[in-house]
Amino acid sequence: MSDIEDGAQLVRLSGAALGFDAGEPLWEALDLTVRPGEFVAVLGANGSGKTTLLRCLLGMQPLSAGTISVLGKSPTAARREVGYVPQQRRFDPLTPVRARDLVGYGYDGHQWGLPVLSRRQRRERIDAALAEVGATRFADAPASRLSGGQQQLLRIAQALACDPRLLLCDEPLLSLDLHHQREVCAVVDRRRRDHDTGVVFVTHEINPVLPYADRVLYLAGGRFTIGPVDEVMTSQTLTRLYGSPVDVLKVRGQLVVVGIPDHPVHHSSSEPHDEPHDEPHDEAPESAGPS
Amino acid sequence: MSWDKVFNFTDYSELLPLVHNSLLAGLILGIVGGLISTFVVMRDLPFAVHGISELSFAGASGFLLLGLNVVAGSLVGSLGAAILIGLLGVRARDRNSWIGVLMPFGLGLGVLFLALYEGRAANKFGLLTGQIVAIDTPALSWLAVISVIVVVVMLLIWRPLSFASTDPEVAQARGIPLGPLSLLFMVLLGLVVAMSVQVVGALLVLSIVVTPGAAAVRLASTTAGATVLSILFATVSMIGGILLALGSSVPISPYVTTISFAIYLACRLIAAARGRSRVF
Repeated sequence: MSDIEDGAQLVRLSGAALGFDAGEPLWEALDLTVRPGEFVAVLGANGSGKTTLLRCLLGMQPLSAGTISVLGKSPTAARREVGYVPQQRRFDPLTPVRARDLVGYGYDGHQWGLPVLSRRQRRERIDAALAEVGATRFADAPASRLSGGQQQLLRIAQALACDPRLLLCDEPLLSLDLHHQREVCAVVDRRRRDHDTGVVFVTHEINPVLPYADRVLYLAGGRFTIGPVDEVMTSQTLTRLYGSPVDVLKVRGQLVVVGIPDHPVHHSSSEPHDEPHDEPHDEAPESAGPS
Repeated sequence: MSWDKVFNFTDYSELLPLVHNSLLAGLILGIVGGLISTFVVMRDLPFAVHGISELSFAGASGFLLLGLNVVAGSLVGSLGAAILIGLLGVRARDRNSWIGVLMPFGLGLGVLFLALYEGRAANKFGLLTGQIVAIDTPALSWLAVISVIVVVVMLLIWRPLSFASTDPEVAQARGIPLGPLSLLFMVLLGLVVAMSVQVVGALLVLSIVVTPGAAAVRLASTTAGATVLSILFATVSMIGGILLALGSSVPISPYVTTISFAIYLACRLIAAARGRSRVF
């Protein structure tokens, strides 16, 4: 069933739709492919279904229509070869876990029974993942004592510990300062260049990913646009997508999106509640850039 | 009052052989209680432990009234509560109110059964505050068998359980079945609580199944390290409590809980001195 073309695509969604019982679908007729080494940024307002899209790719949420394949298999079957980076969330200060233990979970945390693999092999793999994100110097520190930025680098190292062919990142930049946002993006970019790992990167912050994104999937009010950054991030495209005037401005080399409506015109009925992070500044410009 | 009732070490060498079984029971309980305790703390389940132990008390007193095996009754109550809490209380807030609803009902049933029971009063009191001197060889064998089951299953689920207890969201994304794993852990917890009720009594189970873990996570930086410390703390509390209680005429529970509490305080102080956290 998997032809040659299928194998070359890390992600293949066709005619995909996702809706919950009540209301209109979050998105529908979505076609998306991700090639090895490609960096796809997924943008859009809160409630546009970005996180839900990732949940579908992880096999945690079935589509309501269409087909999905990850690494040429079902999302559930592909899970072992997919790295997942969640949004930054602090660990409880009393969690008895070191940085390297956290990375170790990404390597064999899903395995039942007692470890049969050699400890040396495990250690080498964890050290390599820590080095890949530049976290070697705090490898033995308690994870809960590290800064938000350091914890986020560890989450990436954890996702890389299984040597994934596809990396799914869900708002990994949230609540990080600009310096760490850039560091996280650069680490992810280096990974996909060195290892041909495909990247699907869900984010609110446009500017840190702009230098790296090959394509942008922009979700808004049940509709979407896919294309290169300079085609999607224009006043014309976003105005058409949102159905009301939106301006994309370039200020000091940073993109600023102004005028995103609270409720896109054709999707005003019910507020979708798929995204766990409720951000108060929903209608604010999508990125503030450095001030 | 006379301190002789609390501490009395005359005829100690003659008394020691009499508590041979109790010491073994204390050792077994220290190991499994400590083992599970770290995860009880990491998974934020101390209140669940309390709820399960009250239901375990209800089961035991019900079986006592009916003239059946008290250990079996304790297991029935404990496992029933653990499974109900595991199934109905998936989210922390749900879980806590559900336990708060379940617990007084269990306790009420227990009080009813004991009020109707016409046998020895010591049997009644022991279920709440401990009766380790009453451990006979068959009961000890039961403890040993259940402990082996708990230890083996804990080792088999060790890695996914650690992962899921630290970072459930990512663990789920990696394909770890959080629901079944959590339920399985609750069943193990139910087994350990039922064992502890036999020894320290329903009211004081927390000192074996919660306090050692809460103390250990203040000092250890790895899950394995915390578990080793926690086992050590639980075992010292149990064995120490039994040995101190030997010559006295009070139950062992106050000794066990006091040692356990002192260890916890010491761990907080040491952690504060190392600058890892504040004392209060």
